[in-house]
Amino acid sequence: MKKIFYPSLLIMAVSVTACHKDNNSTPTDPNTGVTFAVQGDQVARPGLNIVFISSAEHDKFNQTEPSQMASIFGTEIKNKLLALNPNYTTNKIGLTADQFAGALSTDVLNVSLTGPTTFYDGTHVLTGRNLADDVIDDNFTLIFGGIDGTSNPGLTSDHVDKNDKDFSNSFPYEASPW
Amino acid sequence: MQLNKKKRKSIIVASILTAMLGGGAIVWASDHGDAPAVSGKTTDITDLYVFQSPENNSNLVFVGNVQGLLSPEATKTAAFDEKTLLEFKIDTDNDNKEDLVIQCVPKNGKMYIYGPIKPATVGTTSSTINSDATAVVDITPYTATTPTVAKSSKGIKAFAGPRDDPFFFDLPQYLKIISGQATSYNNPGTDALAGTNVLSVVVEVPKTMLGPGSTINVWLETKQKS
Repeated sequence: MKKIFYPSLLIMAVSVTACHKDNNSTPTDPNTGVTFAVQGDQVARPGLNIVFISSAEHDKFNQTEPSQMASIFGTEIKNKLLALNPNYTTNKIGLTADQFAGALSTDVLNVSLTGPTTFYDGTHVLTGRNLADDVIDDNFTLIFGGIDGTSNPGLTSDHVDKNDKDFSNSFPYEASPW
Repeated sequence: MQLNKKKRKSIIVASILTAMLGGGAIVWASDHGDAPAVSGKTTDITDLYVFQSPENNSNLVFVGNVQGLLSPEATKTAAFDEKTLLEFKIDTDNDNKEDLVIQCVPKNGKMYIYGPIKPATVGTTSSTINSDATAVVDITPYTATTPTVAKSSKGIKAFAGPRDDPFFFDLPQYLKIISGQATSYNNPGTDALAGTNVLSVVVEVPKTMLGPGSTINVWLETKQKS
């Protein structure tokens, strides 16, 4: 009799403890109400902070909301574009220095919900970013490649055209770690 | 003109060198180690990717990578920081202010995914978790042979864990060009990110959860508990 009684008491005690714990904290979620107050890093387009923003202002750029970036960093980005390529007139997608700097200076990634996503595939411009997109070549072609992308051929491709591991067509798409 | 060009180049060289020194032994790449306040820390984002799902045209995939340039040895002990929030910010009406967020918080070996949901607060000041998780996934350990994937009833998929860094770039040659030690890239180039890993969060959501428009604007932030 006793042998049966004790285990059932134990089960009761465990279940009461579990209920008690649930009632004391959030019933379903351990993070509800938690606040993260200190801004860390901020990224949209690859390389923008590093290539176009002076190193003294990298932290400031990370802490500036995208909607405020153009007024704070627009001139600096245009000046850096013309420093990188003093002969810049327009680029392959037809943007003048002002237009290109204007597009860059609000650092968000534009993403299409209705069509193919790509950083730049020759037809679609900035409709997303795929894992395999060669964003370095895309960026440098638009910076150095001139009106048809063929100027400064030594500077428009780093000739690293793909990742060191293949991507998967199945979620989560990225390759296993080394 | 030539002098001007030289002067401009020297300014770039100085800023690159400062960036390298500021980052200690870690050199930047895409956004890897980009700024003193985050370089080498759990808040350091390497890259953001957003693309239409290869599995399902009706879904969009958000990839946020942090803690880059991990060697295989370093990856064994690398871990998400429970004090660091990864937050995808989504502008649905083209004013470059977030209307929705997807918040990712690690806790006790699991990654909790919140949203897409209207945030309680907007901007860079603070972010609060004000909803229940829409997906929870066990963080895939380094030694796992297959990634652990969670699928929620709302059609959200989630993954969190170490992955090969998908970014590729001949960074050393870029630095040579920008400092005047070289005038062009090599062919073939050398991928400076080869053999390195990142900690990755991948969230796939139905596009119907991303507002009524045909485009969105996305950026990725990290924030810490104070």
